[in-house]
Amino acid sequence: MIEVKGLHKSFGDAHILKGISTSFSKGKTNLIIGQSGSGKTVFIKCLLGLFDYEEGSISYDGKIFSQLTEDEKRNLRAEIGMVFQGSALFDSMTIAENVMFPLQMFTKMSKVEMEERADFVLKRVNLPDAHKKMPSEASGGMQKRVAIARAIVNNPKYLFCDEPNSGLDPNTAIVIDNLIQEITDEYQITTVINSHDMNSVMEIGEKIVFLKDGLKAWEGSKETIFKTDNKIVTDFVYSSNLFKKVRRMYIEENS
Amino acid sequence: MSYIHNIGAYFLMIAEMFRKPTKWSVMKTLILKDIDDLIIGSLGIIAFISFFVGGVITIQTALNIDNPLIPKYLVGFATRQSVILEFAPTFTSIIMAGKVGSFITSSIGTMRVTEQIDALEVMGINSLNYLVFPKTIALLLYPFAIAIGMFLGILGGMAACVFGGYSTLADYIIGIQTDFDTFHIFYAFIKTFVFAFILATIPSFHGYYMKGGALEVGKASTTAFVWTSVAIILLNYILTDMMLG
Ligand SMILES: Nc1ncnc2c1ncn2[C@@H]1O[C@H](COP(=O)(O)OP(=O)(O)O)[C@@H](O)[C@H]1O
Ligand SMILES: [Mg+2]
Repeated sequence: MIEVKGLHKSFGDAHILKGISTSFSKGKTNLIIGQSGSGKTVFIKCLLGLFDYEEGSISYDGKIFSQLTEDEKRNLRAEIGMVFQGSALFDSMTIAENVMFPLQMFTKMSKVEMEERADFVLKRVNLPDAHKKMPSEASGGMQKRVAIARAIVNNPKYLFCDEPNSGLDPNTAIVIDNLIQEITDEYQITTVINSHDMNSVMEIGEKIVFLKDGLKAWEGSKETIFKTDNKIVTDFVYSSNLFKKVRRMYIEENS
Repeated sequence: MSYIHNIGAYFLMIAEMFRKPTKWSVMKTLILKDIDDLIIGSLGIIAFISFFVGGVITIQTALNIDNPLIPKYLVGFATRQSVILEFAPTFTSIIMAGKVGSFITSSIGTMRVTEQIDALEVMGINSLNYLVFPKTIALLLYPFAIAIGMFLGILGGMAACVFGGYSTLADYIIGIQTDFDTFHIFYAFIKTFVFAFILATIPSFHGYYMKGGALEVGKASTTAFVWTSVAIILLNYILTDMMLG
């Protein structure tokens, strides 16, 4: 479980996060949603310790991140997997080397053991025979899968995904979403996902935190998001014509 | 103000580069790869430029000596001095600021833009050590490349003498042996080491701390080239003044 209390983050004069408190539980896909520019990436990078923040505390299963020693931070980071928005694969390495990279860095596994483990996770993300390709030769969807494989190869306790399905076609997007949820459930990972996509909300929103103007505007789940009267949330949810139509049909059916 | 800030940030980067070293088994392959990219990959251009510029120095010197009182071996002597003291260490390093420097800035800058550096940091890897340290170590071999440049520059002068008829081979060989001072070699290699460090770190700094997207990667490479050249020229002046002045 990850707990965030009163998180404030500014860049110069721009106050991006204005006191956010929430928690993300184990074995669940926790979604952070909000418009583009609402601070989702900044929030997740604060959680990861990539950005310093002015105020607030972040704790991983009771361990307060800012109070850890450098060594403890490193140990914690070995338990974190991250899927970046643009996949962030190392483009000088093959797909298999990318996946083996965390093992090479943090474990004492032999080459054979690493290869077996990489085989296993690449199969798990349905990429059984892309080992020798370079990232630049892989499609966007494949790159995302490799990024997921790299993030989970070292059995993380925490998994972060920044817009894992942005730039993918709707079918692939759903496949990726479901893959993340299956993995989360299977290995009981605490997963935090950034998204601005309503399809993801519907598919995997076990917990949803809605960001708006640097504040948490709403919190709930995919079951409750369609019932809320919160204007900020409904504006976001029903910004697409499809969802507007669905809502109209729903209201007609129920009246 | 921002210059002072950048100079401070540059020295902090160098200190950070030595902290929390990457596993040796991984670092070894990074260093070998950088030696291949930065040193081996530059030998061709260094050899080519040195040989022909050496030839041109010889021709220019020969053409400017028309006083019969000046001994003929001066052509070889002047070529040797120009090549060893300035051409090979300094001039070549400016060209390398363009070649090696822009390669370093753009490759690290691209990693910044595509969040590969963030990916390293999330894994708990000291990305400065991972990225900049191997380049710095690889460039410790840069003096070898410059030594080859010196040799080929003098050889180029010799070729110009023989094939262009600007001096006799015998005079040239006497010239390149005249008043040989080993301290000059020492001076040239001290400069080369300093320039090698500059070539590895200033372009890395510009790549590592860049902000923005692909367009900014290009701009950062240009800025890095300018500052690397400026640093080389200034340090060349300071070192020359200190060691020979
Ligand atoms: N490194 C940075 N420096 C300054 N401002 C930043 C930086 N990163 C993000 N921002 C600003 O923070 C705001 C939120 O950005 P971001 O978290 O990327 O939004 P999103 O919700 O789309 O992920 C934006 O206004 C952006 O300009
Ligand atoms: Mg974002």
